Amino acid sequence: MSTRRTIPALAAMLALALGAAACGGNDNGGGGGSTSPTNATSAEQPAVIKHNDANSKVTLTVGSKNFTEQKVLGEIYAQAFQAAGYNVKTALNLGDEKTALKALKTGEISGYPEYTGTALLSFLNVSAANLPHDPAEAYDEVKAGMAKQGIEAFTPTPFTSSNEVGLLKKKATELGVTKISDLKPKAGQLTLYGSPECRTRRDCLLGLEQVYGLKFKKFVPVDVDQRHQVLTSGQADVSIVFTTDPQIKRNDEVLLEDDEGMFPPYNSTFLVKKSVADKAGPDLAATIDAVNKNLTADVMQELNARVDLDKDTPEQAAQAYLKQFKLIPS
Amino acid sequence: MILAFLGQLGDAVQFIFTKSEGPGGAQVGGSQLLPLLREHLVITAAAVGIATALALPLGAWLGHTKRGSFLVVSITSAGRAIPSLGVVFLFFAALGAGFFNITLALVLLAIPPILLNAYAGVRAVDPEAVDAARGMGLTGRQIFGKIEFPLALPLIFGGIKTSTVNVIATATLGPLAGVVTLGDPIINPSSYGDAGQLGAAIVVAALAIAAEVGLSAVQRALTPAGLKLSEQAASRRRLLTIPKRRIAPTP
Amino acid sequence: MSASLPFVLAQADSGFFRNRSGQSNCVEDNGFCPNWIVHHLDRYVSPFWQHLFLVVVSVGIGFAIAFALALAAHRQRSLVSPITQITGILYTIPSLAFFFLLLPITGRGNTTAIIALTAYTLLILFRNIVDGLDGVPDEARDAGRGMGLTQRQLLWRVELPLALPTIITGLRIAATTTVGLAALATFAGAGGLGDQMASQKEFISNVAVGGALCVLMAVVLDAILLVAQRLLTPWSRVRAA
Repeated sequence: MSTRRTIPALAAMLALALGAAACGGNDNGGGGGSTSPTNATSAEQPAVIKHNDANSKVTLTVGSKNFTEQKVLGEIYAQAFQAAGYNVKTALNLGDEKTALKALKTGEISGYPEYTGTALLSFLNVSAANLPHDPAEAYDEVKAGMAKQGIEAFTPTPFTSSNEVGLLKKKATELGVTKISDLKPKAGQLTLYGSPECRTRRDCLLGLEQVYGLKFKKFVPVDVDQRHQVLTSGQADVSIVFTTDPQIKRNDEVLLEDDEGMFPPYNSTFLVKKSVADKAGPDLAATIDAVNKNLTADVMQELNARVDLDKDTPEQAAQAYLKQFKLIPS
Repeated sequence: MILAFLGQLGDAVQFIFTKSEGPGGAQVGGSQLLPLLREHLVITAAAVGIATALALPLGAWLGHTKRGSFLVVSITSAGRAIPSLGVVFLFFAALGAGFFNITLALVLLAIPPILLNAYAGVRAVDPEAVDAARGMGLTGRQIFGKIEFPLALPLIFGGIKTSTVNVIATATLGPLAGVVTLGDPIINPSSYGDAGQLGAAIVVAALAIAAEVGLSAVQRALTPAGLKLSEQAASRRRLLTIPKRRIAPTP
Repeated sequence: MSASLPFVLAQADSGFFRNRSGQSNCVEDNGFCPNWIVHHLDRYVSPFWQHLFLVVVSVGIGFAIAFALALAAHRQRSLVSPITQITGILYTIPSLAFFFLLLPITGRGNTTAIIALTAYTLLILFRNIVDGLDGVPDEARDAGRGMGLTQRQLLWRVELPLALPTIITGLRIAATTTVGLAALATFAGAGGLGDQMASQKEFISNVAVGGALCVLMAVVLDAILLVAQRLLTPWSRVRAA
């Protein structure tokens, strides 16, 4: 929704020689070979995204889905692309994964950060039996599958943020459950709260019904932002939460073990339509790689905490991340 | 573009009347909408009922004693400006999800029109009629019951009508509070699709119009013939400088 | 997924990870936190102006349309009923539904929101302008005609000024209700205070401030219109004195 203007970078950039990441992916060369000191005071050489004037001809609209982590990721990529010289617009908070994919295919947005697991289950309809559990394998399958739809899936992030079944610790102890399958005899007295699309997702309610045979007393659809509040208010016995949620530690929640292996890996991979990616040039991949390098689970959780707990805006959290890791000039 | 729109309209109408598989794989549309409709109507009835029980006596009493004009006007003006979305969020944040909580939020939004119309209706009763009744020896309570209330009834009912239409509109926000009303395909289109979103919008609009038309007919039936004639003459009299019967918003 | 990358370009400073082991505070508990509110009002500035923009444009366009319709109906009385019916239907259609009815034609954004909000104001404004003109005392009209004023002069010099209080009352009502409705514009993708409230809907302080700013905007617009009425109708002031 907002238009970003290109801003002239004050420093030259350090070339990024990126080896293949452990999770597999593209081989990327950097934009150039020069090293240059920035206003860095640390002993290590800072990695700064190089501003390339040629990119200003390309307009990228960065989208995201409708929960905090997505908005933060969207902002991070948007600000990074802007630093690289692209003309950037944002259309964050689009909705669920189907809405986002549709926006991508119609060209409403240029790209958005999706999760490998979500793509496998919602877009590629991989059956539960064939779900890969290795993150690298998951990414490869997504890359191949999305390529058939004309969409490029870029190098994934180190962190994985899986759907999980969460309860308050005291509730879990009361019920005596540690694994999802422990819920089977008790589900009939429990209420599950989840996002509206949870009802039809195989990594959510539908999957719990099909894979674990759980029949909950009641399912209440609430906005995904409220997945923790429903637990603390005592309304929900069980809620679907994400592994990078900072509220898990704060609210003393526990995540039940996925003993039947219902949930695939969920590394974040940035999806762009192939035609758009080609027009954007090699800097697109280079920038994404530079951004992804430091998105570990700890860092992602900290960024989520800044927005959900401290009430920073996603824009502020994204900027803090990019500055912290010297991706943009401070 | 017109053709495209007509196509979508056709899809939406088909959604309303036939149950079929939505984008999420579940069966949606057609008869599947009936539980949503039922929930929508139940919430509306509950909210308007409670609001009437609270606001009607208060407004009527204030109108009868001709006090509290400032209070009534303030509540009405504030009630117009308070965003319904904000009230729903606030009640959710404070009380959590559920039928009770959203109904409470709707009650709050339904009160101003009923209060205002009860007050205006009772107050607008011809003072000569009241004097005549007092002259005949009726007590205050009898005056209220036999004279003021019946004469004020059309206006009072107009307030209830306005509130009902407002609440029908705001109940579409129910899914934000975990209550699945006809607003679900609009706010959470992922399982219903675009046809569902447009279809539900049509149904909600039709429901609101039906309520308005139906309750207007009842309101007319409640108006004594003599009052109808004098109303035209009295349209110049601006009580509280508000337009006749169109008191409050439909959000 | 392990974090075993070939190398990490920079380590996060110890300051990057904020200390979260402390006891819970107001903000983290999503409560009503006046201290936080006071320090973060800047967050509401842009949504406030967006919201005001939607309101002013919608009421402005609505007034222009209603005014034209009212003048036509003033001359041709038979138009009053059909116009009232049509604007009545537009008024009854819930705004949220209206946004999505328009969506296939006008897409997401300001246009959709403004069309729906404008449609909503038409009934109130039309009725008030017509009632205002109807409320002009016949003596005033006769006096004007006696002075030799043409129909048009009569309208602009006698009827409209006398109708002004009722017209402005209609504007006040339209403005205050549009302020409340414009919060729903977030569903049409048009920003505003509703958008801001929805962005952190579980944080009571945020929702409370958003709602309070709506009420504040309504109060201010109402006051401005009331002052305008006093200024434009000096004769009513004299009478009151």
